[in-house]
Amino acid sequence: MDNARIDQILEKYNGEASSLIQVLLEVQSENRWLPGQALERISEGLQVPLARIQHIATFYKAFSLVPKGRHEIHICMGTACHVRGAQNVLDKVQELTGINPGETDLDLKFSLETVNCLGCCALGPVMEIDGQIHGKITPSETADALQKYE
Amino acid sequence: MKMSKITLNIDGTEIEASEGMTILEAAQSVGIDIPTLCHHEKLEPYGGCRICTVEAEVRGRTKLVAACVYPVEKNLTVKTRSDKVDRIRKMVLQLLLSHAPDSEQLVDLAKEYGADKDRFEKEASFCIHCGLCVRYCAEVKKKNAVGFINRGSKREINFVPEIAARECWNCKECFPLCPTAALQAAYVFTESLVNSSPPYETDSE
Repeated sequence: MDNARIDQILEKYNGEASSLIQVLLEVQSENRWLPGQALERISEGLQVPLARIQHIATFYKAFSLVPKGRHEIHICMGTACHVRGAQNVLDKVQELTGINPGETDLDLKFSLETVNCLGCCALGPVMEIDGQIHGKITPSETADALQKYE
Repeated sequence: MKMSKITLNIDGTEIEASEGMTILEAAQSVGIDIPTLCHHEKLEPYGGCRICTVEAEVRGRTKLVAACVYPVEKNLTVKTRSDKVDRIRKMVLQLLLSHAPDSEQLVDLAKEYGADKDRFEKEASFCIHCGLCVRYCAEVKKKNAVGFINRGSKREINFVPEIAARECWNCKECFPLCPTAALQAAYVFTESLVNSSPPYETDSE
């Protein structure tokens, strides 16, 4: 993400320090992660110390300080999904993508994340890719679901 | 700030304090000792370590408050030592000791309050999150070279390498502030410079 675009976002919020989280969220959603250079730019633009930005960016799980894949896989490990075999789904996805929860593969295709509830327990086990819900999924069906993504 | 006088009672003595003072300041002004770890007179009150917990009685109700952040008020009765207070300080110490079992300050306090340093499983991070180094750097030095990262049980202090490499060599004033070991901040500082790229760029793959 180039500095010009970051400056545009900063300008939108009038460089107000209180809008730090909004700025971070926008950069995160456009760039999928927060590079160090972007944080430094934001630090200058909002006059917020880098240490404080680091504190906030590492506090919220919505922010990532490492590159994320083009597609985000969320696998629900909540109680309902768990008893319906979420672990098997997770194992299969780990095997297919070759990454563990919290990681991103080398060609930045997938990021894998476990979550605690997606709010649709009746559909368990649930896998969510880029916000799209795959409900009542079996380990064998995950391969088909993953193939659709480039 | 209004400088009206307030009378309160600490450990049975009537004390005159001015509005806006904390219980801790009022107690110190007459030489009553309340143990502290995260308190520093140059810094804003933080209320992080809870070792200064005292019993405060207002209108017949007793509550446990942190003396370093609780402002004095009229007709306040404070007990700085009681069975309850001692029990809480003992527990706080035991919890802190699981992080920093060899800290001199903690060991001294543990002796006084009968805290057992082996009460909890050790997770010797040597940091009790008092925030002294972080707050000193931000409030007194205004450099913000050190800050907290992560949250909950993973929370730790972290030097920002770009700033630390420039500012810290000639300062190092935060090192002796540490209640667990003067070397703790030094260690994290060195670590941040050795891994010269900032933490958000190291484990990218």
